Amino acid sequence: MKIVINGIEKEFKKNKITPQDLVNFLKITGQRYAIEHNGEIIPRSDFSERDIRDGDMLEIVGAVGGG
Amino acid sequence: MDKRDLKNDELVIAGRIFNSRLLVGTGKYNDFKETRSAIEKSGAEIVTVAIRRTNLGQNQQEPSLLDFLPPDKFTYLPNTAGCYSADDAIRTLRLARELLGGHNLVKLEVLGDSDTLYPNVLETIAAAKVLIKEGFDVMVYTSDDPIVAQQLEDIGCCAVMPLASLIGSGMGILNPHNLEIIINKLTVPVIVDAGVGTASDAAIAMELGCDGVLMNTAIAAAGNPILMAGAMRKGIEAGREAFLAGRMNKKLYSASPSSPTKGLIK
Repeated sequence: MKIVINGIEKEFKKNKITPQDLVNFLKITGQRYAIEHNGEIIPRSDFSERDIRDGDMLEIVGAVGGG
Repeated sequence: MDKRDLKNDELVIAGRIFNSRLLVGTGKYNDFKETRSAIEKSGAEIVTVAIRRTNLGQNQQEPSLLDFLPPDKFTYLPNTAGCYSADDAIRTLRLARELLGGHNLVKLEVLGDSDTLYPNVLETIAAAKVLIKEGFDVMVYTSDDPIVAQQLEDIGCCAVMPLASLIGSGMGILNPHNLEIIINKLTVPVIVDAGVGTASDAAIAMELGCDGVLMNTAIAAAGNPILMAGAMRKGIEAGREAFLAGRMNKKLYSASPSSPTKGLIK
């Protein structure tokens, strides 16, 4: 399946993954971030409960310097 | 509070108590070490941060801003810089709240024009209404229009933050009289946000009676940001104390010399 993460298309061999699978794959588990899945924020407690499927759009954001 | 006293002169925003009236941004520094040194020197307790896409490249272990400015030592103020619509600003702050573990004190800014970064007050008001309904404590960046400032207070913003001049311009306080009207009319804290260029600008803002000043470029783009951070701290404190003390009246000339007129040697 193909999903779009932060505007970049990525291909996975599986037909569905959880948000937890995704953060493990991206190796961002030690960082502070928030995830939006098809326009909806996923609470951390739901990371293993949701399914990400073909064509889904994800935004993963963090805090950076700004004024 | 007694206007002529420094005791208990705290800045209270949405029930949170701060001792520093200087709020600083964390952008435009050369590196995180410089960011931290400058912010420590400034004495600021509230620091703004932007919300951006996480870098999903190779360097996952590189340090982040949060490592240098631990959220337990500073009050984070996530902003909506770069948002040009109410919807984008709301989306950004919902993500910020999730990212910062439920933290709901935020800086709302909705821009209207990429050349000037002038605020779009209609979109700002629309976004503020939604965010307040969702439980956010909204500190709002706006123009120096007193009517808009009043409306932002009326809908429930916890601090109103008019510009002194355009973001990043360093032009100083271009319309002190509008700021005075806003300060006189509003009951929530009024914080000058944007346009301050040097320490005297910060002092003037505080002498006008502002409750605080938020700045970023004036420190980060100074020749020596850490030295300027200290200068800004002093400018804020000097201006605040002068405001509390109450300045003397201006006179074109005075027949009242400071030295005694009696006992002159003849």
